[in-house]
Amino acid sequence: MATIPAVSIANIARVAGALRQRAKLLQGAPLLAVFILTVLVVAAIFADLLAPHHPEIPVKGAKILAPPFWMEGGSASTPLGTDYQGRDVLSRIIFGTRVSLIVGITGTLVAGSIGAILGITAGYLGKWFDQVIMRVTDAWMAMPALIFAIFLAAMLGPSMWNIVIALGVVYWTNYARLIRGEVLSLREREFVKLAEVAGASKLRIMVRHILPNVMSTIMVLASLTVGVVIIAEAALSFLGLGVPPPQPAWGLMLAEARATLIVGKWWLTVFPGLCIVLVVLASQLFGDWLRVRMDPQLRNR
Amino acid sequence: MRQFIVRRAVYSVITLFLLSITIFVAIRVTGGDPAQVMAGPGARAEDVARLRDEWGLDRSWPAQYFSFMSNVFTGELGKSFNYGIPVRKLYFDRLPNSLQLALAASIVSILVGIPAGIISAVKVNSWWDQIGKIVALLGLAIPSFWLGLLLMLLFSVWLGWLPTSGKGDLRHIIMPALALGWFFAASLLRLTRSSMLEVMGSEYIKLTRLKGMPEHIVIVKHAFRNALIPVLTLLGLNLMFMVNVAVVIEVIFAWPGIGSLLYGAILQRDFPLVQGVVIMAGLMIVGVNLIVDILYAYVDPRIRLTR
Amino acid sequence: MSTPLLRVSDLRTYFISFRGQRVVKAVDGVSFTLEQGETLGLVGESGCGKTTTCHSIFRVLPPAGQIIGGSIELEGEDLLTKSPGEMRGIRGRDIAMILQDPMASLDPLFTISDQVSEPAYFHRGLRRRALKERVTELLHAVRIPSPAIRMREYPHQMSGGMRQRIVGAIALAGGPKLIVADEPTTNLDVTIQLQYLNLLRDLQKETGVALIFVTHNLGIVAKMCDKVAVMYAGKIVEQGSVREIYNSPEHPYTEALLKSIPRLGDKAPLYVIPGQPPDLASLPPGCAFYPRCPHVMERCIAEEPEDVSFANGHPAKCWLPFSSRTSDLVSGEPDLQQDKARPSR
Repeated sequence: MATIPAVSIANIARVAGALRQRAKLLQGAPLLAVFILTVLVVAAIFADLLAPHHPEIPVKGAKILAPPFWMEGGSASTPLGTDYQGRDVLSRIIFGTRVSLIVGITGTLVAGSIGAILGITAGYLGKWFDQVIMRVTDAWMAMPALIFAIFLAAMLGPSMWNIVIALGVVYWTNYARLIRGEVLSLREREFVKLAEVAGASKLRIMVRHILPNVMSTIMVLASLTVGVVIIAEAALSFLGLGVPPPQPAWGLMLAEARATLIVGKWWLTVFPGLCIVLVVLASQLFGDWLRVRMDPQLRNR
Repeated sequence: MRQFIVRRAVYSVITLFLLSITIFVAIRVTGGDPAQVMAGPGARAEDVARLRDEWGLDRSWPAQYFSFMSNVFTGELGKSFNYGIPVRKLYFDRLPNSLQLALAASIVSILVGIPAGIISAVKVNSWWDQIGKIVALLGLAIPSFWLGLLLMLLFSVWLGWLPTSGKGDLRHIIMPALALGWFFAASLLRLTRSSMLEVMGSEYIKLTRLKGMPEHIVIVKHAFRNALIPVLTLLGLNLMFMVNVAVVIEVIFAWPGIGSLLYGAILQRDFPLVQGVVIMAGLMIVGVNLIVDILYAYVDPRIRLTR
Repeated sequence: MSTPLLRVSDLRTYFISFRGQRVVKAVDGVSFTLEQGETLGLVGESGCGKTTTCHSIFRVLPPAGQIIGGSIELEGEDLLTKSPGEMRGIRGRDIAMILQDPMASLDPLFTISDQVSEPAYFHRGLRRRALKERVTELLHAVRIPSPAIRMREYPHQMSGGMRQRIVGAIALAGGPKLIVADEPTTNLDVTIQLQYLNLLRDLQKETGVALIFVTHNLGIVAKMCDKVAVMYAGKIVEQGSVREIYNSPEHPYTEALLKSIPRLGDKAPLYVIPGQPPDLASLPPGCAFYPRCPHVMERCIAEEPEDVSFANGHPAKCWLPFSSRTSDLVSGEPDLQQDKARPSR
């Protein structure tokens, strides 16, 4: 019985140590970027608690196309104004965070996975695999990415997961290229040779040895390309090929805003777009910092 | 150099083949039954069958692909389901408009991006450089279609200077060109800056300065030309991305180009049109890349003078 | 007494970074003179300040580098008072430099003719036929075969040795009175090195140009130079004629350098100067060499030595009395590989 508390304490100490190590990794991270990203993630997760109104139902008693609260005709209950159906813009923006972040992150995950698999295979197995995969990658890259995404999204039908698939299928090429390059040099390193000599199967080497070592490259590239995927999703939503209404998405809000733009209802266009800019900016800054941070570490390993 | 060019050309052809297969398969796999779609709901079975026969949709896929490719080679891209006009005519009618837009946007991006990149590099870490860095960051973060909408807001709605859409005189092209060119201006700025910085730290630039050459010779004649080489590659790739983003811009500004053509075709499930446009887009991109590679070979004597 | 070609007086060049918090005293009170047609060898380990001294003369320092004090007189005129425009007119025309790495010194995008003609075009105003003839003449002078053909070629088509000669031709193109060669043979094949040094010697004889030769190789110094200045930690610790220095080195550092040249057939272990070169940002108050000096005294740790001149006439910065040091004559022609000449004690 006495051993149980001892074990727990040891475990807690270990976890605390690991956490502290992780926290040290984040030292020097661009504060603004991290702050913005945290705010957005919190908004996405706790959207229903944070939003003042329901995003899809017109606000009772509010005017249609009401401007933001600091302008004439605005009201504090709908601080960023209302849209053509009288729905609260702020609430829609907060809920829209969900779509952007989920699609952005999972789309990047899909793209990264496909790219990693192909890149590692091409880089490690070489020869015939390499040639074929590289030619396919080249051909894929010759396809205009957004057009391809639009095309796939249209074919697959509007739903969040279809979008994720479409984007993942389109944007893997950068990963494949980069990872292949890394693997080519990793292949000659001693620990790989050691595993080969020890008789490990190719698959095992690729998964247990090569993959962990390209992880940091993948992460850096991922944080840099999340922005691209988010913008692509917004473009798709804008064109009506994204998540179907009435679920709010920033791109969709921009599309809906077009009709009223001509008559000067600027807030419907500016605020959703601003959010896109913020999230992309934050992830870019974070990704840049991450890349600088990872680089010398790699060399020291 | 000849071997270099031949090799690039062969790669291009292979790429095009893979491209065409991908497109072909993608359309067929995800599209459902085109004949049914065309005939519309509630059509009679024989109508659907007739349509299928007319459009050759009942043959096996390899046969369809074969006839498709042989058609492409002879320039025959099929007829649009929707318009009833040959795809080729539709495409080439609208192509010049897209090219105009792309050219205008390229000019904007080159005029803004490259000099800004050079200035950023020459005056490293100064105010100019800081501004340049911010611009580069914003270029990536601001979606061009949002920028287009903002421009429209500013110049059409509030100031009333420029028309909102369509193609007409010079005023119609300004906003779409700006919106399209902005992103590339930013990436050109980045690339030019880093390329210039690298070149300016090189030994031969140091020696050129030690020779007492005037600063403008050092920068323009020597540094810039060397820095240009990687920038050229990006210019080619840029053009490719421009074709992408152009779709949304064209839709926003109702610019009668390939992008809006494609968009309409996709919405209406007009397969031959979609197929044809995407193939042509791919062809264009591969072609442009090949040309850029050849240009590269000319500019860099190290390639020019090898086999 | 006629004005010397170059007179450097108490030159101080510091690298200041982190908003003044870190000061590297790269060149700290360097003085020497050079007459027309003379050759000065500037010797020392990496980081001792020899390259920075040369860059100071040309005033092509990186942004962190600043010339704090002293003067650099070229034929009586202080270069430190010149405007940037005036300096540009002097560089390449009156003074020229040869860099260390021939593979990186030439612009890959321009022909040989283009690059060699630039100084002649800009500094001497030569055009068209006169320019072309001058380029041919220069290529001849540096012994490039078939100059007419070579002129139109590009750097990547040439070997390292040939490129370095082109760099030499570029240096001569403006008709300079002084050429600074910063380790010009270090990156060349050993077999080519001797050829190149002979070429430089011949060029000197033909044109009467003065030469500052920066190197860490004492064998080259013995072959090429009239006078030597030994640098350590940003100061010249000893200078004099080649004879004087090799025969009777005064400074322990110079002695150590001479001692570390291996002699052919000598089975004794190589002499290595113990310790590391000092950090130029945090120098000790006394003599910078004292941690590594076999003759170190208390005075050395406390006081920085000034130039002490001896009866033979060459100054050295050291506190040791003259009588405790003697050397024999240097024998034979020093070999480039430093495996023959060594003064014995």
